[in-house]
Amino acid sequence: MSESCKFKCYIWELPVRWSHWVNVLSISILALTGFFIGNPVSFGSSASDFTMGWIRFVHFTAAYAFAVSVLSRIIWSLIGNKYAGWKEFFPLLTAPGRERTIKMLRYYMFVDKEVPETVGHNPLATSAYFALFLLYILMILTGFSLYAEHAPGGIMHKSLGFMYSLFSNQGMRLAHHASMWMIFGFIINHIYSAWLMDIKEHGSEISSMFSGYKFTVKKEK
Amino acid sequence: MSIQKNSDTSEKAEQSAEKREYSVGEILKQRGVSRRDFLKFCTAMTAAMSLPASFAPSVAQALDEVKRPTLVWLNFQDCTGDTEALLRASNPTVGEIILDILSVDYHETIMAAAGHQADEALENTITKYKGKYLCVVEGSISMKDGGVYGCTSGKTHLEIARRVCGSALATIAIGTCAAYGGIAAAVPNPTGAVGVKDAVPGATVINLPGCPCNADNLTATVVHYLVFGKIPAMDSKGRPLFAYGKRIHDNCERRPHFDAGQYVEHWGDDAHRKGFCLYKMGCKGPATFHNCPTQRYNEKTSWPVASGHGCAGCSEPQFWDTMSPLYRRLPNVPGFGIEATADKIGLGLVAGAGAAFAVHGALNALRKDKEPEETKEG
Ligand code: HEM
Ligand code: HEM
Ligand code: SF4
Repeated sequence: MSESCKFKCYIWELPVRWSHWVNVLSISILALTGFFIGNPVSFGSSASDFTMGWIRFVHFTAAYAFAVSVLSRIIWSLIGNKYAGWKEFFPLLTAPGRERTIKMLRYYMFVDKEVPETVGHNPLATSAYFALFLLYILMILTGFSLYAEHAPGGIMHKSLGFMYSLFSNQGMRLAHHASMWMIFGFIINHIYSAWLMDIKEHGSEISSMFSGYKFTVKKEK
Repeated sequence: MSIQKNSDTSEKAEQSAEKREYSVGEILKQRGVSRRDFLKFCTAMTAAMSLPASFAPSVAQALDEVKRPTLVWLNFQDCTGDTEALLRASNPTVGEIILDILSVDYHETIMAAAGHQADEALENTITKYKGKYLCVVEGSISMKDGGVYGCTSGKTHLEIARRVCGSALATIAIGTCAAYGGIAAAVPNPTGAVGVKDAVPGATVINLPGCPCNADNLTATVVHYLVFGKIPAMDSKGRPLFAYGKRIHDNCERRPHFDAGQYVEHWGDDAHRKGFCLYKMGCKGPATFHNCPTQRYNEKTSWPVASGHGCAGCSEPQFWDTMSPLYRRLPNVPGFGIEATADKIGLGLVAGAGAAFAVHGALNALRKDKEPEETKEG
């Protein structure tokens, strides 16, 4: 493949990449510690150990990092470039978006042979990202609501009051736990697709999330 | 005790009406309660109300001077467990004192009067002391089909509750059934059972859930009213903060074992004998707000977790539905079989997604794609 027919486009700005990898790291830590919180192993050998204590501490620290990162990404979707903008996440709302989505869907379903070229987000993926962001928000809300129960009447507990009327205490735990599995479902799909598009599009899909650059055939208008 | 006496006959009811003019302190003295016991009681109540010990003299002074409030106790769809909890206190002083402080004019279980006499006593009290008496409700109220599934002396509980709670100064809903419908309200709730606040939305209701309610919390609520002249501060579920303002898990004596990572894995195992944390055995302490670990039951003898059984979450709304299964940490996933835990379903989901993409990936490896025109080599 000759380099000459490729254009180098700066797609992912720094905040997008940072928030992506902070999310990946914090979700990995949160899932690992969350598993332990959900089904702990009796590691403690004396009552003055603090195994569960530290694991919960790590969970909550990662939780704050995660929440800040998700919030920054949401704000960036209002001020960042067009690839990062919130409109990208609703391709089904515009006619060209629908066309691109159908093309991508046809490729995935083995109907079309030609790989549709995407400069910014994969339009199929952005619909999934929107669902994922809803999961993120559910995770953050249920997580902080569970967390705030150690101090009833505190600021956090009071401002999350609506959560306690939406969920029973145990229902909230179940939602927090089950949503983790849904995020896992997304991750499998996501890493596979990133790999697939990296191979098929030859646009250095995966490294674009590190460097910010993608390589495209057509020049961006 | 005052109840039997003053509800005996209308003659005696009049006598007790005179007695109401005496202060609580005087009545206790008459009853032969020593000053020492009285002060001990005041100190215990100060602690139960989560007030600093320096408040004890003010509590004693206020009780010395205050007049006895009139109280009626209604039993609806219940098991009388809360009455039992109040009357069966192993050490009688506190129970006795509370019954002496209160003028219990109507209590079906313990009053001597019966039938029309009893009805009359209730009627007299609520007309004579309209807007001034306290009402305690035990048991849930059936709402379905006009409330016909729960009746006392020919009237539905709903009708009685509207009338009695509606013109009470305040209603104390004692036990989880009266507070939130409790066991009778569990799915499918055949009688349409609800708590007092849902049946009589206009009433001033203080919820004291628990199965049974801790009698000390009832006493403390009444004492709070006597001392401060108002009902205690409550949480969003209508429960007094002094008793329900902290999570069980945060005051539990087994908490160090939770933080350390020492858990009971099977009933009767070594960890269980050593008193380790019951988290893995389905303890609902992390989701339950009550003062059981500090106040304890039966004159501070014990409480479920101290005796080696996890918290069942009995003082939370819909506990029968949301806190079950009792011996599992998480509820069952609605819509799936009883044995399907969230983890099994999640694992299925992930395995399914993994398999689907593995197949997709294999098919992709086999197919030959058409490269976009411009990138074709040569
Ligand atoms: C993607 C992100 C997250 C994942 C995968 C995750 C995972 C988990 C899991 C599996 C549990 C165990 C639930 C159970 O079985 O009871 C848990 C518990 C918990 N998580 Fe998260 N969590 C995440 C985010 C958060 C956030 C943002 C917070 C906010 C503070 C949070 C706070 C908590 C709390 C308070 C508990 C209960 C701990 C306890 O009971 O001691 N989590 N988490
Ligand atoms: C916890 C795991 C992960 C989650 C939750 C996750 C989530 C996301 C999200 C939300 C986006 C959209 C970015 C934005 O607009 O802010 C994204 C994009 C991307 N991610 Fe991940 N990611 C994960 C792991 C990975 C890994 C391990 C890789 C590398 C193999 C990867 C590669 C990419 C790429 C290449 C994109 C841009 C693709 C596109 O939008 O078309 N991700 N990811
Ligand atoms: S026994 Fe229950 S309430 Fe006590 S620390 Fe363990 S989980 Fe928490």
